[in-house]
Amino acid sequence: MNVPIRRVAIVMLAMFLVLMAATTWIQYVQASSLNNDPRNVRTLYREYGNNRGSIVVGGEEIALSTPVEDVFGYQRSYTNGELYAPLTGYYSVVYGRSALERSANGYLNGSSDSLWWSRVQNLISGEDPQGSSVELTIDPAAQQAAWDALGNQRGAVVALDPATGAVLAMVSKPSYDPNLLAGHTSADVTDAWNTLQSDEGDPLVNRAIAGNTYPPGSTFKLVTAAAALENGTVDADTLIDAPDQLQLPQSSSVLRNFGGSTCSGSGTMTLADALRISCNTAFGQLGIDVGDDALAEQAEKFGFGSELSIPMRVTPSRFPTGPEGKGLDGAQTALSSIGQFEVAVTPLQMAMVSAAIANDGELMTPYLIQQVRTPDLDVAFEASPSEFSTPISSETATALSEMMVGVVRDGTGTAAQISGVQVAGKTGTAENREDAPPHAWFTGFAPADDPQVVVAVVIENGGDAGSEATGGRLAAPIARSVMEAVVSR
Amino acid sequence: MATVEPGRVRSGRSSEIGLLVLALALGIGAYALVGLSMEGRLPGNFYVLSGGMIALGSGMHLIIRWRAPFADPVILPIAVGLNGLGLAMIYRLDLANHLKGGDSELATKQLGWTALGMVAAVVVVWFLRDHRTLRRYTYTAMVVGLVLVALPLVPGLGQEINGARIWVGLGPATLQPAEFAKLVFAVFFAGYLVTNRDTLTLAGRKLLGMQLPRLRDLGPIIIVWLASLAILVFERDLGTSLLFFGMFVAMLYVATERISWVVIGLTLFGGGAIAAASSLAHVQGRFNGWLHAMDDEVFNKAFGGSGQLVRGLYGLANGGLFGTGWGEGRPDLVPYASSDFIVTSLGEELGLTGLLAILAMYLLFVERGMRIAIGTRDGFGKLLAGGIAFVVAWQVFVVVGGVTRVIPLTGLTMPFLAYGGSSLLANWIIVALMLRISDNARRPTPLPLRGGAREPEHDDDDTDDAVPAVRGDSPSDDETQVVRSVDVHDAGNPGSARRNPGTGTTETEIIGTVDR
Repeated sequence: MNVPIRRVAIVMLAMFLVLMAATTWIQYVQASSLNNDPRNVRTLYREYGNNRGSIVVGGEEIALSTPVEDVFGYQRSYTNGELYAPLTGYYSVVYGRSALERSANGYLNGSSDSLWWSRVQNLISGEDPQGSSVELTIDPAAQQAAWDALGNQRGAVVALDPATGAVLAMVSKPSYDPNLLAGHTSADVTDAWNTLQSDEGDPLVNRAIAGNTYPPGSTFKLVTAAAALENGTVDADTLIDAPDQLQLPQSSSVLRNFGGSTCSGSGTMTLADALRISCNTAFGQLGIDVGDDALAEQAEKFGFGSELSIPMRVTPSRFPTGPEGKGLDGAQTALSSIGQFEVAVTPLQMAMVSAAIANDGELMTPYLIQQVRTPDLDVAFEASPSEFSTPISSETATALSEMMVGVVRDGTGTAAQISGVQVAGKTGTAENREDAPPHAWFTGFAPADDPQVVVAVVIENGGDAGSEATGGRLAAPIARSVMEAVVSR
Repeated sequence: MATVEPGRVRSGRSSEIGLLVLALALGIGAYALVGLSMEGRLPGNFYVLSGGMIALGSGMHLIIRWRAPFADPVILPIAVGLNGLGLAMIYRLDLANHLKGGDSELATKQLGWTALGMVAAVVVVWFLRDHRTLRRYTYTAMVVGLVLVALPLVPGLGQEINGARIWVGLGPATLQPAEFAKLVFAVFFAGYLVTNRDTLTLAGRKLLGMQLPRLRDLGPIIIVWLASLAILVFERDLGTSLLFFGMFVAMLYVATERISWVVIGLTLFGGGAIAAASSLAHVQGRFNGWLHAMDDEVFNKAFGGSGQLVRGLYGLANGGLFGTGWGEGRPDLVPYASSDFIVTSLGEELGLTGLLAILAMYLLFVERGMRIAIGTRDGFGKLLAGGIAFVVAWQVFVVVGGVTRVIPLTGLTMPFLAYGGSSLLANWIIVALMLRISDNARRPTPLPLRGGAREPEHDDDDTDDAVPAVRGDSPSDDETQVVRSVDVHDAGNPGSARRNPGTGTTETEIIGTVDR
C-alpha cells in the first residue's frame, strides 16, 4: 500500500500548492484591485480610523483627531466649527468628506505623494502612520470680523491678499457645526444630516465659492469699465452718455437708473463719476459701445469661466454668450454690462476682480493652504504664489483704483470708510427675482495706495434691510469690518 | 539478521520538546501581541492562560514520553502551534467585539475546548495501547458513524443554524456530530477496506485499461455515496458531504491501488453534486456565489450571496504580503471571522507570509501523517493513518479553497484554528491516533527478535491479511502484514504488547513464522 500512499501524499502536496498559489494570487496580485473596490468598507474604516492631521488657522487647530475607544480609534472634532465649516467641511463616516477634509485629504491622511518620506520613516520606526497638519492662509481676526459683521444674514464674505492670492477670510452663512456629522453613531449623524439637508438656508453650501452663483449687479461695472479702459477709447475723465433712461436696442424696454433717478443734469458725465454714483444708463451704453465680445473677453481674463481649485473646487462664474453662443444682442449686452441678465458670479470671483485692480493689474491665483507639516514638523508643502493672469494693464489698474477710491470717498460706498485708511470699493445691488429683495454687494480693498486686503461681500435678498437693501448700506459696512481687521494688524 | 539495539532508534522526544517550546512561543507571543496592540497592555489573564497552555503542552509531552515514546515528534508541536494561533485570533476578535459593545467570550470557551481536546488526546494515548484494537470495532464504527451523521435530523435534538442542519443541542453546548463521524468513518473505512481490499482489487472486468469492480462489491461505496448525498440534501451541508466522500475515495485508492475507484467515486460524487446544484437552491446559491462572486447582484444578496466570501477576500487583500499585524487589521468585518473565515482573519493580520507559513504547518502535519502510514507495518494502521492525514489535508483544502475561491464555499471549519468545540475535540483525537500509530510504527521493530521471542503463543490467525503476500506486494509491506495480522487478534491481550521496563521499549510477541 506504500505506493498509493506516496501518490496520495503527492496529491496532497499538490492541493497545498494550489492553496498557496490561490492565496498568493489574492494577497499579492489582486490585492490592490480588491483594496480599491468601492464595496470594500475596510477602506472606509482604514480611512476613518486614521490618525488624521489637523487643520490649523493662526496656530490654532480648528479640526483635529483625538484617540477614542471605539472601532475607529480616532474621533474628528472641530473647534469653532460653524465659523470654519465652509473651509474644513465635514468628515463623516456616513456621508463622506467635503471641503478641505476632502480636497486636502491626501495631506491630512498622509497618503499624498509629497509625504512619501514620512511614510518610509513610519514604516521603519514602526509608528502608526499619521497624517500631516495643514496650515491655512486664513487670518483669524478677519474671519471672525466677517462672521460677526454678517450677523444672521444669509450671504458670504471672501477676503484675499491681493499681492499673493492668499485667502484671508471665507465665511458663508448660515453655517453648520461639522461636529454633528463627525460622530460615529450612524443614527445621530443621519438625523443631523437630514436636518441640515432640509434646512431651507442650505447651511452645507459654501456660498463664497460653490453656492448658486449670484448676479453681481453694479460690482460688474468694474469689469465693464476695465474693458472700456483697456479698449483705449475712454479714460477716467472721458465724458460718456448718462441719460435718464436708456432705450435698449432691438427692444421696447428701457433701462433706468436705480430708483429712477437722474445721473446727470447734462446727460453726460465722466466715467469716474458714473462709477462713483453707479450710473446704470451710462454703463449700459458703455457696454454697448465696447461690445459683448470685449466684455466677455475681459471677464474671462478676470477668471470667469475658469476651473479653479483653492484646493476646493470653485464654481466657475459666467458671462453670458447669448443663445447658442452666438453673442448677445444690444439689450442683453446693456443689461450684462451692469451685472444683470445672465451674469452669474461667486463672491470669490468678484474679490479676484478687485484683487487684480489692487495688484497693479496682476491677478494672483487664490489659495488656501499655506503650509503642510508632517508629524515631525518637516515642511512637506509650502505655498508659492503664482500669477493667474494679467487681465488689465497697470495704467488701467491705477485708473480703476482711483475711481474706486471715489466710490468710497463720496459715492455709493461711503459706509466702507475707515478712518485714516484710504479704501477703494464698488457697491452692487443686484435684482434677482421679481418678488424678492435684491442681493447687496460690495467689493473693494484697503489701503488703496498699498493694498493689503481685498474683500467681496454678498448678502442674499436684502438681508436684514429687506427691500430697502443696497450694497452701500448693507454690504459696505461688513467689508469695512473685515478690511479694518486686517489693516489694523 | 542483525539484532536491532533498542537504543539506536531515536525517540525524537527531545526534538519534540524543542519544537513544542517554539510552538508555545508562537501562540503565547501572538496572544501577548494582540493585547499590546489592541489594549496597550498584556491581556489581563495573560500569565494564567499562558501558564495553562504551557502546562497542557508539556503535560501532554510528558505523557507521550511515558506512554508513546517513539511517537512522531512533529505532530504535537504543530497541533499546539496552530491551536495557539487560533486562540490568539479568537481572543483578538473577542476584543473587537467588545469595542463594538459586545461581550463575546469565545476565546475562553475555545480554551476550555482546547484543554478538553488535549485531555481527550491524552486519554486516547493512555488507554489505546495499540491502534489495531480499533479494527475490532469496524462495523460498530460504521453504525456509530451513520447514527452521528443522522443525529442532526432527529427532531428536538438537531438544530438548524444558517440553513445547515448539522448541529446537535446538548444542554448549553451545540455539537457538530459530523466532526466525530469523520473519525469513526475513518476507522470503519480502514477496517472494511483492509479486509476487502483483495476482492475490491482483483475481481471484475477490465474496461479502457481500468479494472472495473464487480457490481456486488459496489455495495459499500454506494452506501457511503448515498449517505454523503443524504447529508447534502437533508442537512444542506456541502462541506461535510464532500469531506466524507473525499476521504472514502482516497482510502479506497490507497487500499486497492485502482484508479478506477477514484474515477467511479468522482463520477458518482460529481454527478450527485451537479444534480444537487441544479435542483437544490442552497447548493445553487453556493455555486453562483462562487462563479459570480464579484457581481453586484450576487454580492448584495441578503442571503446566499457572495457577500461573506468577497468580504473575506477584502480581508486577505488588506493583509497583503506582510499583514497588518496582530490587532491592526479589521478581520471583524467578515461574518464568522473566528470560525469559517478564521483563515482570512489570519491572512489579514499575518499577511501572505503568515498564511503560507500556516499552510506549510498543515502540509508538514499531513505529510507526517502519510509518513506514519508508510512506516506502519500493518494494513489497518496504514489505512487509518493515511485516512486521517488525508481527511485533515482535504478539510484544509476545502476550507481554504472555499475562502480563496478555488472551489465553492462550504461550511467546514479549519482544523485546530477555527472556533468550535467539536472540531477541536475531534482533531485532538486525530493527533492522539497519529501519535499512537507512529509510536507503533517507529518503535524498534521486534521482527529481528523473532527467534528470541519469549513465550511464543500459538497463532490461529485466519484473516486474509496474508493475501497480499501471495499477490506479491512490496516485501516490507508483506512481512508486516503477516505480523500485524497476528497482532490484531492479540492487541487487546495484555500479554501481546508488553512494556520492557529495562529499555523503555515494548516488545511485541511474535507468533508463528513469516511465510513467504
